[in-house]
Amino acid sequence: MSRVRVLVGTRKGAFILTSDARREHWEVAGPHFGGWEIHHMKGSPADPDRLYAAQWTDWFGQVIQRSNDGGRTWDTVGNTFAYDGTTGTHLWYDGTPHPWEFKRVWHLEPSPTDPDTLYAGVEDAALFRSIDGGESWQELAGLRGHDSGPNWQPGAGGMCLHTVLPDPNDPERMFIAISAAGVFRTDDAGQSWRPMNRGLKSEGVSLPDPEAEVGHCVHRIAMHRSRPNVLFMQKHWDVMRSDDAGASWHEISGNLPSDFGFPIEVHAHEPDTIYVVPITSDSEHYPPDGKLRVYRSRTGGNEWEALTEGLPQRDCYVNVLRDAMTVDTLDPCGVYIGTTGGQVYCSADAGDTWTPIVRDLPTVQSVEVQTLP
Amino acid sequence: MIRVALPAHLRTLARVEGEVRLEIAGPATIGSVLDELEMRHPVLRGTIRDHVTGQRRAFVRFYACEQDLSNAPPDAPLPSAVERGEEPFLVVGAMAGG
Repeated sequence: MSRVRVLVGTRKGAFILTSDARREHWEVAGPHFGGWEIHHMKGSPADPDRLYAAQWTDWFGQVIQRSNDGGRTWDTVGNTFAYDGTTGTHLWYDGTPHPWEFKRVWHLEPSPTDPDTLYAGVEDAALFRSIDGGESWQELAGLRGHDSGPNWQPGAGGMCLHTVLPDPNDPERMFIAISAAGVFRTDDAGQSWRPMNRGLKSEGVSLPDPEAEVGHCVHRIAMHRSRPNVLFMQKHWDVMRSDDAGASWHEISGNLPSDFGFPIEVHAHEPDTIYVVPITSDSEHYPPDGKLRVYRSRTGGNEWEALTEGLPQRDCYVNVLRDAMTVDTLDPCGVYIGTTGGQVYCSADAGDTWTPIVRDLPTVQSVEVQTLP
Repeated sequence: MIRVALPAHLRTLARVEGEVRLEIAGPATIGSVLDELEMRHPVLRGTIRDHVTGQRRAFVRFYACEQDLSNAPPDAPLPSAVERGEEPFLVVGAMAGG
């Protein structure tokens, strides 16, 4: 029988949750790296026992860990993220030039085909690649070197490159997203990049022009691997869709109670079934009405249904961060969310019903799942 | 022989228990001790001082012989009691956050 391994990064360590395909009974291992912030942890699609974790504290900075046995043992690998060439400046919150400074890794994206190749999205926004299992890192400097780079500005959480989305059908193409610059796409394996933000509107955030080419606070983008030209986006406000590989976007917020949120995901087997977790507003990072509701659209957007069974429907004021929702590839598709209150919920029936796997972890920063044979 | 006391998180990372003991060729300074420490335990590179600039990380402090050496230059000699191994060089995570 297949199994699932859920990789949970929290403010105070990493946890690994495992179950068989029924997803009813769970074993909880951890904390790994206790006391350290684990911003993201992800497994290689090419070798599921190869895991990577981004470990960090304000005190001691960035560490990268690698496991070759599914998370039982770990070894540190390279943690030098040196910007390529002249560092230059971007804009600070007050609009003045500010030197680029590496702060930490937000997202690790292993290659779909090679366990030794992975990408790291970092703050201040840049994309690094390793081709030796994380031992060394090289910046794909064409991104930060884009003409608009000196005008990028941080969002409230810092100027982070938080989404790395390789096109599964085209090894030359990849999408990334930066708060608060927006989406960029490469069609030449990271040498050059183009902004992909047409159709986004960011009124009342910080832009003088709400439809500017660059400067949007994109929170997350997602795709279904069978249809990589269709992208879904949770923006600071607005849920958006692109049907032309990011060249243009249109809004699909429809009947959501709020179109503010962080994560967005696509069902593993239904490319038009998508999930978001609305929260009240940019200044109130908790669900509307104290009810934790995942919203599902089976129509690729605009028409949304609230998924509530098994989720707290009163006095609930947690958030689900951008990397803290994921899906497995079992049938029926499993959906997972981790909350800032330390709960990890699993739905083994595509969102219809939910049960907590654990309730009392530290603040959950990221949730990834591996479907194992 | 120089004795270096690391905070718990860095001892875990370096997989050491108790103090680290280092032999330093030449004068014992903050810089030479950290160089040798990082040579012996490469995993500590970047955790005490920045990879690129060599600057002490903001929430890391250095003490020895009841003196705060955090802002001393890297080539400042360490107290002779540290150089003789009578007192440890302390790398401390500053109290901050939760």
